[in-house]
Amino acid sequence: MIFSYDLLINAVVSGILIGGFYAAVSSGITLSFGILDIVNIAHPAFIILGSYVAYIVNATLGLDPILTAIVMMPAFYVLGAGIYQVYYVSFEKRGQESLRGLAFFFGLLFITEVTLVLYFGVDYRYVDAPYIGPTLHFGMLDVPLRILVPFLVSLLLIAALELILTRTFIGRAIMAVAQDQLALRLMAIDPIRIKRIAFGISIATASLAGAFLIIIQPVEPSVGREYIGRVFAICVLGGMGSLPGTLIAAMLIGIVESLTSTFYGPSWAPAVSFGFLLLTLAFRPAGLLGR
Amino acid sequence: MRTPLFVLIWLVIGGVLFAVSVALGNDYVFFAGYVVLQYVVLGTAWNILGGYCGYVNFGSAAFFALGAYSTVAIYKFYPLPIPLLLPISAVVSGVVGFGMGYLTLRLRGAFFAIATLALAVVLETLVVNWDYVGGSRGAYIIRPEEIEPIGNYIRYLFLIMLLLAIGAITVARLIERSRLGYGFATIRDDELAAEASGVPTLRLKLTATTISGALMGMAGAPFPYYIGYLQPSSTFGLDYAVNSIAMPLIGGTTSWVGPLIGALLLGSMQQIATVTISSAVNLLIVGCVLVAFVIVAPNGIIGMVHTYLQRKPDDFVGRRRVDADLPGAVP
Repeated sequence: MIFSYDLLINAVVSGILIGGFYAAVSSGITLSFGILDIVNIAHPAFIILGSYVAYIVNATLGLDPILTAIVMMPAFYVLGAGIYQVYYVSFEKRGQESLRGLAFFFGLLFITEVTLVLYFGVDYRYVDAPYIGPTLHFGMLDVPLRILVPFLVSLLLIAALELILTRTFIGRAIMAVAQDQLALRLMAIDPIRIKRIAFGISIATASLAGAFLIIIQPVEPSVGREYIGRVFAICVLGGMGSLPGTLIAAMLIGIVESLTSTFYGPSWAPAVSFGFLLLTLAFRPAGLLGR
Repeated sequence: MRTPLFVLIWLVIGGVLFAVSVALGNDYVFFAGYVVLQYVVLGTAWNILGGYCGYVNFGSAAFFALGAYSTVAIYKFYPLPIPLLLPISAVVSGVVGFGMGYLTLRLRGAFFAIATLALAVVLETLVVNWDYVGGSRGAYIIRPEEIEPIGNYIRYLFLIMLLLAIGAITVARLIERSRLGYGFATIRDDELAAEASGVPTLRLKLTATTISGALMGMAGAPFPYYIGYLQPSSTFGLDYAVNSIAMPLIGGTTSWVGPLIGALLLGSMQQIATVTISSAVNLLIVGCVLVAFVIVAPNGIIGMVHTYLQRKPDDFVGRRRVDADLPGAVP
């Protein structure tokens, strides 16, 4: 195998950029699984849903996918809040979240995927935007805009989420509900309402992450499955519920995946995150920035 | 009912089923019946970990495919008869189940579920990159036309799956009534309390994962001979995972009867729907039925029957439930 520095540097840089995108994809899981303890394995399906919404609007009205995603965020928020309500009434209240709640989300994942297959088929779909195509060149470094733009907006998303969580009343209430529901109730705050809001926000991020996904690569309904291992690996590695941890873990996994696909071939990349997940669980279950 | 009698009764039922299928004279009955029986094994296997211990395994497809690909790997080297392939596949899937369980079961249950979900993706990656078993192109297995003394090969496969299904429900029933089963139930009801009372929870969970994985692997072992052409993306498909979860949850998870009812019902419904409607629509139906059942009827069909009969749910199959509220009930 020929080893070259440009290949290495390009792989690392594209790993960091993709890592930023992974952080946006995982931020929803960090909120729902990390903070609220809801094992939402259907999250990747909502991301794919976001991709298809961006695709439909882009194909019919020609609107920018990221703009579409931001406009659609309230709708995804309402969807998320509704799903949490069903989840709460049917499973959390009855104390059955561990077995039947998981099966519920698995069913949602499956229904979303099969419905998308029935409507759109298994063809790869893609969007048009001015930043898809051009590539910036810095010396030997190539930076495609289609990855740079999602990366930058992802960083904004993570920063906004972190600000909401640490600076606003609702955000602090969300952090509090993770620690002690009873104490929250004693402060005359309804923990279920706070969790509903938090879960709504987590699904709202899927709208944006879906738009990034379809900007970066063509999407078909089962693409989401590759992200299940990845997002949970990032969430666990980042320390369950820490957004800065999620960002660092996402970049780490992005870099290792990028190096793997550059030097061993892209077909091996999906195994990387699983390896990380198992190693983290075996050696440091608290993650990098564990609370 | 003693176990030998139980097995005898099922062998008689199985024999009658086989005789009736032969009498119908249409080989399609065997093709369809094989799939339904395969789901009986998969559902029962899933239930040993999921229903008895309360740990969700989303990787049924991975364990099933491991069994199927063990057969392919051996076939390429030297084609062994299927009865010899079954234990080999059981060992391969059992060992993988044990290893996964050892790494993830010491932590909260959710981690195990996530890891099993990712396992299917990773094993698929491995198989796609492994040219010896066909890689992404898939592998052909030439099915012999006839076999002595049964005749048509599909009947032979059907018979193997029938015996495997009887074996699986016997194992499930044995576990239910043994110390092992009571141990599993303590984990399901309150793992912390079980651990505190000296139940070796990790060892029991690993036992359940290994048995469950091994049975799934055995269900997969004859599959290449059934399908003739094995392809990674369909063998690792989500349909196996969703079906083996949906069937026990729809039937009822606390006893061996649940997965059996669920598999017979959902399996035959799917066979009919695949022929009359389309296979994508029937998968959608399975997903919707699963979600509807976990929300509306959490104890499955068995639970519904019990509510209807106004009896305590767990008396029906002679299974004692270890209830956290009743300290005296611990066996």
